[in-house]
Amino acid sequence: MRKILVLFAHPKYEHSDANFALIQAIKDLEHVEVRDLYELYPDFNINVQVEQEILFEYEVVIWHHPIYWYSCPPLLKQWIDLVLEYGWAYGPSGIFLKNKYVLNAVTSGGSQEIYSHQGRNRYTMEEFLRPFEATAYLCNMRYLPHFHVGGTHLITKEELEDKAKEYQNLILTLRDADQIPIPFIQKP
Amino acid sequence: MDGFLFNAIIYILAAIVCVPIAKKLGMGSVLGYLIAGILVGPYGFGFIKDETQGQDIMHSTEFGVVMMLFLIGLELEPKNLWKMRDLILKVGLTQVLVTAGLIFGFGLALGVDWRISLAAGFSMALSSTAIVLQSLKEKNQLDSPSGKMSFGVLLMQDIAVIPILAILPLLAVAVPATSGESHGGLLEHQPGWMQTLMIFGAIGLVVFLGRFGFGPLLNWVSKTKLRELFTASALLIVVGIAFLMELVGLSPALGTFLAGVILANSPYKHALESDLDPFKGLLLGLFFMAVGATINFNLIFSDVGTVLSLTLGVMIIKSLVLTGIGYAKKLSLSENLGFSIGLAQVSEFSFVTYAFALQLGIFATSTSDLLMAITALSMTFTPILSLGLDKLILPVLEKRNEKPKREADSIEGKNKVILVGFSHFGSTMGRFLRANGVEATVMDYNPDQVDLLRKMGFKVYFGDATRLDLLHAAGAETAKILISAINSTETNKKLFELCREHFPNLEVMIRAKNRYEAFELMELGVENIYREHLDTSIRMGQEALEKLGFRAYTVQRLAAQFRKYDEDSLKILAQYKNNQSEYISRVRKQIEIQETLLSGELSRKFSLNDHAWDSDQMKEPKN
Repeated sequence: MRKILVLFAHPKYEHSDANFALIQAIKDLEHVEVRDLYELYPDFNINVQVEQEILFEYEVVIWHHPIYWYSCPPLLKQWIDLVLEYGWAYGPSGIFLKNKYVLNAVTSGGSQEIYSHQGRNRYTMEEFLRPFEATAYLCNMRYLPHFHVGGTHLITKEELEDKAKEYQNLILTLRDADQIPIPFIQKP
Repeated sequence: MDGFLFNAIIYILAAIVCVPIAKKLGMGSVLGYLIAGILVGPYGFGFIKDETQGQDIMHSTEFGVVMMLFLIGLELEPKNLWKMRDLILKVGLTQVLVTAGLIFGFGLALGVDWRISLAAGFSMALSSTAIVLQSLKEKNQLDSPSGKMSFGVLLMQDIAVIPILAILPLLAVAVPATSGESHGGLLEHQPGWMQTLMIFGAIGLVVFLGRFGFGPLLNWVSKTKLRELFTASALLIVVGIAFLMELVGLSPALGTFLAGVILANSPYKHALESDLDPFKGLLLGLFFMAVGATINFNLIFSDVGTVLSLTLGVMIIKSLVLTGIGYAKKLSLSENLGFSIGLAQVSEFSFVTYAFALQLGIFATSTSDLLMAITALSMTFTPILSLGLDKLILPVLEKRNEKPKREADSIEGKNKVILVGFSHFGSTMGRFLRANGVEATVMDYNPDQVDLLRKMGFKVYFGDATRLDLLHAAGAETAKILISAINSTETNKKLFELCREHFPNLEVMIRAKNRYEAFELMELGVENIYREHLDTSIRMGQEALEKLGFRAYTVQRLAAQFRKYDEDSLKILAQYKNNQSEYISRVRKQIEIQETLLSGELSRKFSLNDHAWDSDQMKEPKN
């Protein structure tokens, strides 16, 4: 069983039905820890040492956040800036994240369809998430394909329930599978 | 076997035996008291010789109803009264008029004189505030839809008593038959219109006193800080108004209710409530027992059929009217049943109106006796019916339409936060909470301060928060957080210990003057401590550094680190100190803390150890 750390960043969680449903579906699973970053660090003063100690214990990390302006909310970026230190996460002695799995779980107001070369946003979600992929790459992590819930403004209750179930299943697979059956990107 | 003490023992003993049993059986205290009354009454064990004696007790304990109405009035701010206007006017007025009309019609149909029918109709349209509110409170249903509607109806009825009592003199044909019974009213021999006028005059006086008289009196008394004097003043207000009302031949309950509503906005609300509550409870208990004791079983048994059918008839009419209203207001079936059966009895006010009508010569003594028997019986039946409803019918109904119920996260009517101390510190916080839609129940012990703040539109109550009963009155059982913003260490400690002992679920947050006080509070086990100078002093230092050329964001982060370090080190010190001998003097202790903190900081060098967004390390290897 792998231990899974969900780093959840949403500046107005109380207004997000989609993220509420997703978090509800996974928060009580065994070996799954949800860290609500905006609740922990409302002043953006991230406790780097604590965060690093926690990361050390987990094999799978999930950056769970809504997409704002084609990226993550600022606190998650702040987390990446501060916690993934030179000499700890990357660089000469930066080996502490090596071989850990990581992926983005994102929600977006725009539907999944408009994130395509033909769609209004002109790029795919995968392309928008390249900075995260690169971050993981530099840290010798195993970057898994993202999980995406699109069109959250118009999503029906049933669709949302399905998506939450899907998210739960993904997490269970990551937790329980002997070999994670999903292809990933890692620095050779 | 007469004597006051003996009687007192009998009553109290009966109550102590019957009420707990009744409550155990789920019957509610009212029925318990009624049964206790029947048992000690002339037809039970006969401790009380005849109904007259029971009636005497009833008359003297009617004062419990008076007090209850005063307390209910206190709970009802004019603002809330205004919010309920629709409920009161439409629901309440419909109930009173339709019920009175139906009973009047039946009376006429049965060949009763129209004056008697009308007087009886109006009297019987009223339901018992005492019984209904007590039961609703015990079942915790005051805030349910049916509870709110019941309250609206009861309130309209309470208000309706004014016109009813004002109309009754006009019904009197001749000069009142001097039946010997005299209230010593000033107005005994005045013409009807004059009486009506005087009644409105008296009500005006109560409103005037409530507005301008009682506040200053209580303020003046509270400055003596003698609690019993405050209680005495509270009693004086209630007794005084009752006296005035009796003087003009009005229901004292109504006058005190009015005074209560006017005082509902006053800072002394909670203090008055907690001081009068025990009196009310005892007197009401006695009152219910007296009702039980006055049930004239001779009269009932001499004509069981008539009395029972009349009683049931009245109750059925009342329930049907109420059911109709409940249906129109879209109550669910179970709510509606509770609402209509709960209010099916005749009111204790009716005893007053009967007596008044008797005095005015509208009723003959026999009529009055019959009506009283009906009233007392209906009062006994409704709790039994409600019990049956709760135990037998509602479970079936609820099973049938079981809905997924979402748990309510707020207790309506009660605030989640109690804020103690409304000085500069407390008021700033109170304003912040309010700006975010959180109303706090505020308590302060400085009468002048309270007055001033209330003038400025804050909801502040006068009271010493270390009084347990006041904490109860402020809703400490249901509140989530108690915030103490007072700066007296001793009071804070006392308050914390009181809360820990009596309200274990209440989270206590305490303002501490300085780190030494914080230290003492920590030793006591307080978890949420807020040093009043900590944030301001750090913020000031932060801005000083900025003026010296530090970048604002860096300083902001360093300040947060410093603050955390400061709080943490105090916690560590507190743990460490606990193991040492207790004999270190206070001053010595303070110096030691100061020393430890200073030396710790020197070795920490905050800005030197800050490596966030630092690229120096990365540059080095490339050299």
